Amino acid sequence: MSSPAITLTNVSKTYRRYGGRQFSTLKSALLSGDLVRHLRPEETFQALKHVSFSVPKGCTYGVVGRNGSGKSTALKLVAGITKPTEGKVAVEGRISALIELGAGFHPEISGRENVFINGIMLGLSKKEIHKRFDEIVEFAELTEFIDAPVKTYSSGMYMRLGFAVAIHVDPDVLLVDEVLAVGDEGFTHKCLDKFGEFKRRGKTILLVTHSLGLVERFCDEAVWLDAGEKKAEGDPTRVVGTYVTDVARQEERFLKAADEKARLEAGGLEGSEGVPSEALAKPGPVDATAVSTDMNRAGEGRWGSGGVEITSVAFETADGQPTQVFHTGEPMRVTLGIRAAAPVRDFVFGIGIFTADGVSVYGTNTDLEEFEADRLEGDVNVTMVIDSLDLVEGTYKLDVAVHKRDGAPYDYHRLLHTFRVKSRIKDVGIYRPKHSWEFSAGVKFKPLK
Amino acid sequence: MIDNLRNLVRYRGLIQSLVARDLKARYRGSFLGFFWSFVNPLMLLLIYSFVFATILQNRTEGIQPYAVFMFTALLPWTWFQSSMNEATGSLISGGNLIKKVLFPAEVLPIVTILSNMAHFLLGLPILILFMIYYGVTPDWTELPWFLVVLLVQFIFTTSLALLLSALAVHFRDVKDLVSNLLTFWFFTTPIIYSYQQYPQYKFYFDLNPFTHLAISYQEILFFDGPFGHKWWLLALGGASVVLFFAAYWVFDRLRDSFAEAV
Repeated sequence: MSSPAITLTNVSKTYRRYGGRQFSTLKSALLSGDLVRHLRPEETFQALKHVSFSVPKGCTYGVVGRNGSGKSTALKLVAGITKPTEGKVAVEGRISALIELGAGFHPEISGRENVFINGIMLGLSKKEIHKRFDEIVEFAELTEFIDAPVKTYSSGMYMRLGFAVAIHVDPDVLLVDEVLAVGDEGFTHKCLDKFGEFKRRGKTILLVTHSLGLVERFCDEAVWLDAGEKKAEGDPTRVVGTYVTDVARQEERFLKAADEKARLEAGGLEGSEGVPSEALAKPGPVDATAVSTDMNRAGEGRWGSGGVEITSVAFETADGQPTQVFHTGEPMRVTLGIRAAAPVRDFVFGIGIFTADGVSVYGTNTDLEEFEADRLEGDVNVTMVIDSLDLVEGTYKLDVAVHKRDGAPYDYHRLLHTFRVKSRIKDVGIYRPKHSWEFSAGVKFKPLK
Repeated sequence: MIDNLRNLVRYRGLIQSLVARDLKARYRGSFLGFFWSFVNPLMLLLIYSFVFATILQNRTEGIQPYAVFMFTALLPWTWFQSSMNEATGSLISGGNLIKKVLFPAEVLPIVTILSNMAHFLLGLPILILFMIYYGVTPDWTELPWFLVVLLVQFIFTTSLALLLSALAVHFRDVKDLVSNLLTFWFFTTPIIYSYQQYPQYKFYFDLNPFTHLAISYQEILFFDGPFGHKWWLLALGGASVVLFFAAYWVFDRLRDSFAEAV
């Protein structure tokens, strides 16, 4: 590969944090090119911090990262819409930016006229547009409506037309910011084909997206930005892998915090797991009817007579490591810390798994599974061991309870505990039965990548 | 700055189609359509002639027929006024383009001025009709000067528009300030009255750049005799060119801040 098409050298971009502004003198404004005086660091927001990367000609380059990580800022700098506060951005060749589609459309005039004006804005000549006009309209699937004013278009039509014009500018460098979500499935495929064509013709593509699969499948290289800093760069599969791991770690922290909050709001059970606090609020009096009728509808909460308490709930891996993120098919252990102040002879432990929107996935208890209660006293642990967590990707919530055989709860935790299942396979539903495929002769697949 | 100015020539296709779009979009959906370009100045003419020729008639001696006199300078003033009003806010209302697309910002005020100029030119037939009706004949040899006044006014308006639109991005107050100042400016310019009626204020009239444009229009189209104001006009033209470069320089300095401040 020859000289780079896009080079960012030690680029920083600082934005003003507040709407309020303090003006500099006119003289310094004219010298610095900004009417606003230099701001103190606490008044600014650094969207990019000393980021450098370069994209070789003909390379498809992915930019991944969380929201607010500086991806779009980087793209705007490359497009030349804003200038870096520090550092240098160099681009070789004609740029077309799929950032804001149809930004220059005028609602009152027809799609046809807008195509011309938009094309001219993007740097085409009238003749070039004439030549490509039919292609553009066909690509946008708007042949019927091209003479109607743009204000009558649906948002999908609007975006498709914007996309079609921008992609027919025939740039050397194409900047794409999360615009593949504009059309239906068929249109998205068409866009990807178009990108593929660009790639074959040796054009450079800079792709900002949250669709990690696309980056892995499509890009030659990738960079991961986080809070304005470059975290990783290079092989897309590796970059995406590092990014996903980091996201999972953060999610886990987030789930823990959310659960703790829910538990506190439900009245009791201090954050630190397994260490019951003296200030623990006692669960309220029994309300057996509420439990039985509303069990599948009630929001999160905690109730019970309080004779026996669930002091902690922990999700663990097979070897006892606490975690809240599991992969499909992994073993999972749910351990309940139980405290019985006085000995009890009538007790049942129950667990229910729900999806995030409240659909019951599975529920069981020790009574249903024919354990006959004999005696419970002091601080004990109860663990439900699941050999293989055959759930599809998603967030799941747990009900845990200790109650009498007739259903009267000692302590009932309703949807207070959350875990997440991740999967590389994007299958749908709730339950993922262990399965494999068999094919007779005559069915052939390409070897896996 | 010179490079950017050169680019401006390259953008003429863009400017052309944006002006065309402006004109098309303006009356789209209205019943009278393009006819409004004639009706608007006609209404203005009727209102002012009624007030100044019927109600305050003793002020109009020496400038008869008053309707034609007033219209020769009122029409270009309308061009100037609506250009300034629209152009000052043009960067703000076109913010979407500046923020989201790589777009030459100076195109926006220029497009507003040009599309208002098109309306001005469309209003000229009404002036001609009135001239025929009242039997006012311009001096044909002076007509080439009309193009010169047009050019000077265009450069002058563009310079002011560039400067004010750039400042308005950072100081939103400029927009309101401009629209109020324009009213003041209108009445201090000899448009609805003749500067010859008030020789004691000649010094102040001469300080007002639009005076020279108004007088030029009046001398070319309305008054008989040679076009005696040409040196003033040429001087204003020269000053406008200087002003244009100064305004463009300021605009260029502030250009990078537009995308963030709009």
